[in-house]
Amino acid sequence: MSTVLAPNAEALRTAERREGLALGALAAPGLLLIGIVALAPIVWLFWLSFRTGDAFTFEHYVRLLHPTYLLSLRTTFELTFLVTGICVLLGYPLAYLTAQVKQRTASILLLFVLFPVWTSLLVRCYAWLVLLQRRGLINTWLTDAGLIDLPLRLVHNFTGTVIGMVHIMLPFMVLPLYATMRSIDRDYTRAAANLGATPTQAFWHVYVPLSLPGLAAGIIIVFILCLGFYVTPALLGGGRVMMWSMQIERNVTYHSDWGAASALGVVLLAMALAIFWAVGRVIGFQRILGGR
Amino acid sequence: MVLAGFTRPDSGRLTFGDADITLAAPHKRGVGMVFQNYALFPHMSVNGNLAYPLKLRSVSRSDVESRVSRALDMVHLQGFGDRQVDQLSGGQRQRVALARAIIFEPRILLMDEPLSALDKKLREEMQIEVRHLHQRLGMTTVYVTHDQREALTMSDRVAVIDHGRFRQIGRPREIYERPQTRFIAAFIGESHFLPVTLRGDAALLGGQPLMLASKPAAMAAPLLVLRPEKLRVLAPGEAGAGLNLLRGRVTELVYQGESTLVYVDLDSGQRVAARQAASASAPPLPEIGGAIALGLAPADTILVPDAPA
Repeated sequence: MSTVLAPNAEALRTAERREGLALGALAAPGLLLIGIVALAPIVWLFWLSFRTGDAFTFEHYVRLLHPTYLLSLRTTFELTFLVTGICVLLGYPLAYLTAQVKQRTASILLLFVLFPVWTSLLVRCYAWLVLLQRRGLINTWLTDAGLIDLPLRLVHNFTGTVIGMVHIMLPFMVLPLYATMRSIDRDYTRAAANLGATPTQAFWHVYVPLSLPGLAAGIIIVFILCLGFYVTPALLGGGRVMMWSMQIERNVTYHSDWGAASALGVVLLAMALAIFWAVGRVIGFQRILGGR
Repeated sequence: MVLAGFTRPDSGRLTFGDADITLAAPHKRGVGMVFQNYALFPHMSVNGNLAYPLKLRSVSRSDVESRVSRALDMVHLQGFGDRQVDQLSGGQRQRVALARAIIFEPRILLMDEPLSALDKKLREEMQIEVRHLHQRLGMTTVYVTHDQREALTMSDRVAVIDHGRFRQIGRPREIYERPQTRFIAAFIGESHFLPVTLRGDAALLGGQPLMLASKPAAMAAPLLVLRPEKLRVLAPGEAGAGLNLLRGRVTELVYQGESTLVYVDLDSGQRVAARQAASASAPPLPEIGGAIALGLAPADTILVPDAPA
């Protein structure tokens, strides 16, 4: 049996196809930009990491097994895990508070969260330097108050780097968490309470699972940003905190060794993708990327 | 919300039986609630949702399983236990929400406009189902609704609330047939009101005495309640013996399928409406602008005070 089509069916279908093409054309400039600016350099980077002179080689990757690099890798991961962990511990309650209060108060709280993002990264790092150094504000106050005899070593080391990084990363944890938490209907926790859950049980059984997509998004952003971070460890680490990113910088500026730098970059990218994949396995990619 | 403990009352006391629960925390009340948007936990399956209140009460694993499957039976959702909440239709979610609210055998079941999100046909089906379930369980159920017809169909007793106060509590028939104030009469069903004067035991409408089924109670600013279906359109020349008569001209005819709504401007100037069932035995309706006489039986002649009680 053949379907009887109205005489204008063909015209309608053509119009629909044309509309689809028009939408595709609108997306083209953006796709092109991403292709040229982001994807092409990555392919180039990948290519470079396997070249020495004109020959194909694994030499750059083999060199990464040297203890200096392994130590760097360890430092990078230690710092990243610690900073991400502290960001979760500080960010979750902050986002929770912000999501619970009235919209007006929430806006003010968010302003405090966002304000640091609007100031230069460099300025914030130097500000921490002023606060944390041997004769900085914090040490001066503490010694004047008689709480400590000798100034604490707060900066130019791992501790200072962690403090600075947490400060810089916190907004990236709070914002996705807050967005997710705002969208959690109050009725869910009410329903849990109605069914007999204490406030603590309702929080852990219902609220936390529902906020996981936001938490995962925050963790991924912070984790990946931390992995490749350069400025803060360089300024507040005082040369004692050798991050993966600094090894890249060294290879390029001191040794002009693009092959080695590329290999480091490829490894960093691979690690970032691995983290994304791992979190995605636990939470589900669709939920992180916004679907529900 | 106050009953479930999510909102603290401004004043007054709340008791279940003898226990004062005004300040009791929500999770200690043992009240089952069906939320307006169901509030099923999206991160749990249907089984998970139903088992949750039982797990909180440390019910043993095998008991949980049998009670969950019994609850699914009760709401006709056998085999849906492993579904995720977002794989259910609106009506199915409604049933799961209901099952979750009764599975832990609460003392009281609260339903906060549970059917308002469903389309009309499904809503009417669910009304009947909820009623059957209620009859089987015999659980005291507080059912909040803005749908007056739903209130009348579902309830043993109806409480009409206005600005946080009970205006009238009674059986559905009492609420509808014997409203105590203008607010109740206007809230439930469509009504028109005509001012009446009381003189002793007689009520006068435009100077003419009305036939009443019983003596009118003394009240301020009495009004005659006119419900469209209580007014009978009289055939031309029909005397309407034993009825209170209203005369006027037809201003509008609204055909509604099972009945026709006739808007009439009375000779005294007020507008009323009469509903005539679509039946061949009913007298033919006059054209718009034509003269019409409406009859109102004394038993249906109800007076209410204008001011809220």
